[in-house]
Amino acid sequence: MSENAVLENAVSENAVPENKISETAAAPPPPPPVEDKGESLLRRHIANYFESVSATIGLVVLVTIVAAAFLSPWIAPQNPYDLAAISIMDNMLKPGEQLDSGLVAVLGTDEQGRDMVSAILYGLRVSLIVGASSVLIAAIIGASAGVLAAYAGGRIESFVMRIVDLQLSFPAILVALILLAVFGRGVDKVILALVIVQWAYYARTVRGSALVEKRREYIEAGRCLALPNSRLVFRHLLPNCLPPLIVVATVQIANAIALESTLSFLGVGVPVTEPSLGMLIANGYRYLLSGNYWISTFPGVALVIVIVAINLVGDRLRDVLNPRLSR
Amino acid sequence: MLVYLIRRIGQSILVVAVMATLVFLSIYAIGNPVDILASQDADQQELDAITRRLGLDRPMYEQFGIFVWNALQGDLGRSFVYAKPAVDVILERFPATMELAFVALVFSIVIGVPLGVIAGLKPDSFVGRSIMSTSILGFSLPNFWIGLMFILLFAVQLRWLPASGRGPVTEVLGMPLTFVTWEGLRHLILPAVTLALYKASLVIRIAQAGTRDVMLQDYIRFARAKGLSHRRIVFVHVLKNMMIPVVTVLGLELGSMIAFAVVTESVFAYPGMGKLLIDSISRLDRPVIVAYLMMTVVIFVIINLVVDLLYAAIDPRVRLSEPKG
Repeated sequence: MSENAVLENAVSENAVPENKISETAAAPPPPPPVEDKGESLLRRHIANYFESVSATIGLVVLVTIVAAAFLSPWIAPQNPYDLAAISIMDNMLKPGEQLDSGLVAVLGTDEQGRDMVSAILYGLRVSLIVGASSVLIAAIIGASAGVLAAYAGGRIESFVMRIVDLQLSFPAILVALILLAVFGRGVDKVILALVIVQWAYYARTVRGSALVEKRREYIEAGRCLALPNSRLVFRHLLPNCLPPLIVVATVQIANAIALESTLSFLGVGVPVTEPSLGMLIANGYRYLLSGNYWISTFPGVALVIVIVAINLVGDRLRDVLNPRLSR
Repeated sequence: MLVYLIRRIGQSILVVAVMATLVFLSIYAIGNPVDILASQDADQQELDAITRRLGLDRPMYEQFGIFVWNALQGDLGRSFVYAKPAVDVILERFPATMELAFVALVFSIVIGVPLGVIAGLKPDSFVGRSIMSTSILGFSLPNFWIGLMFILLFAVQLRWLPASGRGPVTEVLGMPLTFVTWEGLRHLILPAVTLALYKASLVIRIAQAGTRDVMLQDYIRFARAKGLSHRRIVFVHVLKNMMIPVVTVLGLELGSMIAFAVVTESVFAYPGMGKLLIDSISRLDRPVIVAYLMMTVVIFVIINLVVDLLYAAIDPRVRLSEPKG
């Protein structure tokens, strides 16, 4: 049977009623799904993770920032996009000066009198949402494409990988820029552009590990049990390809956030009504030369902290999830 | 080899054709440029006149046909804004971007190689480890923000270097260059260093890995046994051998440097192709966007083709395994 036919079978067998699948699956020992590998492995990974001081700090910082960003409507000193809450009289205050309302602007205010702390918290939320959701969607699409390519082989594989190669031969920033020039501004459009730019990384990563995993005994055992291809691919092959995917995806969140901020800085990213950190930096750019440094600097610092924290976490995950590196 | 060459060139042409179609279709979807060009109170007649002059009233397939036909003759349309052929508008800016990219390339080698070699010679020392972790920052920090901070520090606070623009242009061998004069070089330093940071981090990592690799080789041990000084071993034997991967990767990365220049040029208001692209996007100057994209696609395809052919020439496995996909 050619490998193409295998994939076609996968599609047709999808339609088999649920009980038939469970019948076949109930036959002698099914290959252990990943959850069954036990709590102990997960616990060992967690313990292993916290052995590194810098990674622990990175995780704590990251969790704090994410919590602060999502709680921003409640913890931010003011709502920077509520026109009633801001006063133009407070514009361009230096860090530490007092607003009209008696509030102290720890990081200063921008040209419209918004408190920068609040603007940064709200901006972080947009940046994090765009980064995380684009990575999640791209990882799902990319992983499915990658694992199907590896499992199907033949023409399907070379077709998918050709597209991947083609896309990876152009720099992400350029592709995203053009896509957004076409789509126009908007949070959803930025996410879409980032998904299109990123999926190829995951497809390549997952295909690489799936090619190795598909030769393992448990896949063969699954085939002998006549498990449907869809079940083999998505329940057995894919979960075992996840560790490298998780590492790539974690680091990629940082890249996606940086890319989004760059696009917003260039004026093709998020709309003015939902400014991300990049947009705040772009706003401050105009006032930089007159010495009003704080509008660009502090959102940038927030951006850098997020990116570094994610990288620390990602780096540690790579070490923890890679058995060859465990010392 | 000949079969591989023909197939590879065929693929490249296919890529260019596919990209041309995609580019045209997507740019066609961008808003109506007439709205931008016509004055606020232009009446319908004037609008129609402009539309007709720009050929925007014809059906899409006809515009596409004209586009393809003209593109084959090297004509990618006239810029709506500059009223000149789009290719000429871009070629005017081309030397500025290439100059920036090359100076940045030099900087990334000058910064990256020494640091990489130091880190590679003493991988477990404090210095070596700090260099490596700093290089991660170079990868992951948003480049445009670093550029802004450079402006803030060196142009606004210290007033050492100009914040934006390009220096006076001097003709050298028919090429309009600026780095030959001190004033021109001063304008180039900040944007070039900013653009170089990402590549410098890459060079550091490759140079570090290369140096560690070379240090373990027998010929280094032999050189030591022969009684050569440490300096000579590092500067002659290590340096020469670890430069091979560095040069390979940098050659590959020249294309992405041109793409990254879009960001750097915007930050420093440097009048190159990248700044032109951003300006054209905001002004809906379709022909310039299309021309920029087509030229970039061609540049990238050529770079990839040359690299692939070189690899195929060096490593026969590449061209032999190709037919299977």
